[in-house]
Amino acid sequence: MNELWAILIDGSTRTVLLGAALLGALTGGLGTFAVLRRQSLLGDVLAHAALPGIVAAFLLSGERALPVLVVGALASGLLWSAVLQVLARHTRLGADGATTLVLSVSFALGLALLTAAQSRGDAAAAGLQTFLFGQAAALLPGDVVLLAAVALVLVAGVALAWPALALVAFDPGYARSVGVPVRALEAALTGALAVAVVLGLQLVGVVLITALVVAPAIAARPWVARLAPLVAMAAATGAAAGAIGALVSAVDRDAATGPVVVVAVTLAAIVSVALAVARGRRRVRAGAAQAATARGSA
Amino acid sequence: MIGALQGWIDDPTVATVLLGAVVGMAATVVGTFLLLRKSTMLTDAIGHSVLFGIVVGFLVVGDLHHPALTLGAALAGLLTVAGTRALEATGRVRSDAAIGLVFPLLFALGVLLAGRYAGDAHLDADAVLVGEIGFAWIDVAPFFGLELPRALRTMLVVLALDAVLVASLWKELKVGAFDPGFAAAVGLAPGAVATALLAATSLTAVAAFDAVGAVLFVAFVVAPPAAGLLLANRVGTMLAIGLVVSVAASIGGYAAALAYDLAIAPAMALVAGALVAGALLVGPRHGLVAHVVRSRTRGLDLDARALLVHLATHAEAEAEARENTRPALREHLGWRAAKVERVVRHALDGGFVERGRAGEGLRPTGRGRAWIEEAGPEGETRGG
Repeated sequence: MNELWAILIDGSTRTVLLGAALLGALTGGLGTFAVLRRQSLLGDVLAHAALPGIVAAFLLSGERALPVLVVGALASGLLWSAVLQVLARHTRLGADGATTLVLSVSFALGLALLTAAQSRGDAAAAGLQTFLFGQAAALLPGDVVLLAAVALVLVAGVALAWPALALVAFDPGYARSVGVPVRALEAALTGALAVAVVLGLQLVGVVLITALVVAPAIAARPWVARLAPLVAMAAATGAAAGAIGALVSAVDRDAATGPVVVVAVTLAAIVSVALAVARGRRRVRAGAAQAATARGSA
Repeated sequence: MIGALQGWIDDPTVATVLLGAVVGMAATVVGTFLLLRKSTMLTDAIGHSVLFGIVVGFLVVGDLHHPALTLGAALAGLLTVAGTRALEATGRVRSDAAIGLVFPLLFALGVLLAGRYAGDAHLDADAVLVGEIGFAWIDVAPFFGLELPRALRTMLVVLALDAVLVASLWKELKVGAFDPGFAAAVGLAPGAVATALLAATSLTAVAAFDAVGAVLFVAFVVAPPAAGLLLANRVGTMLAIGLVVSVAASIGGYAAALAYDLAIAPAMALVAGALVAGALLVGPRHGLVAHVVRSRTRGLDLDARALLVHLATHAEAEAEARENTRPALREHLGWRAAKVERVVRHALDGGFVERGRAGEGLRPTGRGRAWIEEAGPEGETRGG
């Protein structure tokens, strides 16, 4: 028990805990918009498409500094998501085909660049691989500060654009008709999500990031209808999952943080949906019972 | 004869390109219908989930090369599909969100299980993503009198299975992809057929992973069929084009990998993507270039109609000679000289307009008059 306490109050555990919670909140909160816009897999695309940008940024700048790589990832993610929009809307390929195509080709480009960088003897390029599978344990206090700063900026941005954003999330057609700059706001939302995704890659890696984007919103959706509480609840769910992952991983060395976070948040979503379905059934049964009683007494 | 063939296959280059091509063809065979049914992201999800099946299989039999791993992986693929469908069926989770919930969960469970119980096993991230196609030629096994790389042997069998499935269910797959309701109504069992297709996909995924990794498999499932979809209007043609593209990508990718010192599998995927881009740009029916040309032609047609209306309006008046000269056209229609020339040229080429006798301007032909009196593109009648 004392040993457990010692682990919990350890500085690096606190760092990972804070970082994981922040990341979970960021991706969960921003992911809500993507889920509402039926673009749940946008996080997946942004994560895969980030890789060529990350490697290019590293090759061009010669540095592994996080801000540099984030800028590269962001640029690449936004570029490829624009390609995705064009392919999905203006060709026969459709949303599904376009998504898979962009995801796999952009990631292949990233891998090709990565292997080219590695073969040229850049030892530091190997470190980029943590983006593929996450390495929460490597979070430094400086990273957490950066995360908090980014979170503040994004929250401020979302708050500023709030009424228009809410419209765009729920009814873009109406928003466009009353003069809201829908395209610009959608691009901004994609950009914000791209930032969250790129940062979240450190926690869970490219395969699992989708869960952090989708599950919190799905967990919150059946219980909350209005956008502000929905985003808040999704962020809270994401944060809780992040914290659970960090704690479990600190106690059990064999359990990597990223996967535990994903299991926690996805189970939350599944349980939430199951409860909602049960609640729906109960209501239907109660309604039917009421109707039967009314008929019986008429 | 066999000796010569054996010698050819023993060449690492040939073996590698052949393996890539066979994987590509197998993926294209199932991918054609997956793309039409809009199930390619589901395939990507299956690809990730098989890790879970492989790990569970390994934990049960303790041997990395046991067939139980393949079985486990294929089952994990079906589990992914079942789980995704179950979530969608609740009515609370859309299809894209459902996909995003199931495969990360399975993958995460796979990683956790592997971490706890299989810590020493060679479940290498690099290999899962990129495969070891460059080294597959080393590990050989017998196959109809030839010594083939084990991975190639497996993929040939899988390709045959996929081909047999698709050939025997061709009609059902086609109708099921385009009109599931109709298919159900006429007894073509779209549900069962879809399950069979996804089962075959899971099996192909598992076999392909060993050879070329997850990234190339997904690229080969979507890119060659995408090229086919952009260039063809019939499923058979789409499949044929896809097969050609996948072989070309395999050859081109290997060449690019050698030239630029890249990993082979990603290079093949990139070439496949480049071929799709090519189809997008130059496809005769749906390509961007064709689209632009058609738009310009439509624009010129509209302008020519405006020209004809103008000519027809002034045709009977004395002022015709004055109104229907080029300078007059510039002034009345408000077009710049270059545009007037373009439109007049277009109208002359189409036989809608002819030059008047010397000294007079342009005038509409009978054909031109008929043209503007029929319904315009919006369905309205013009002229008259």
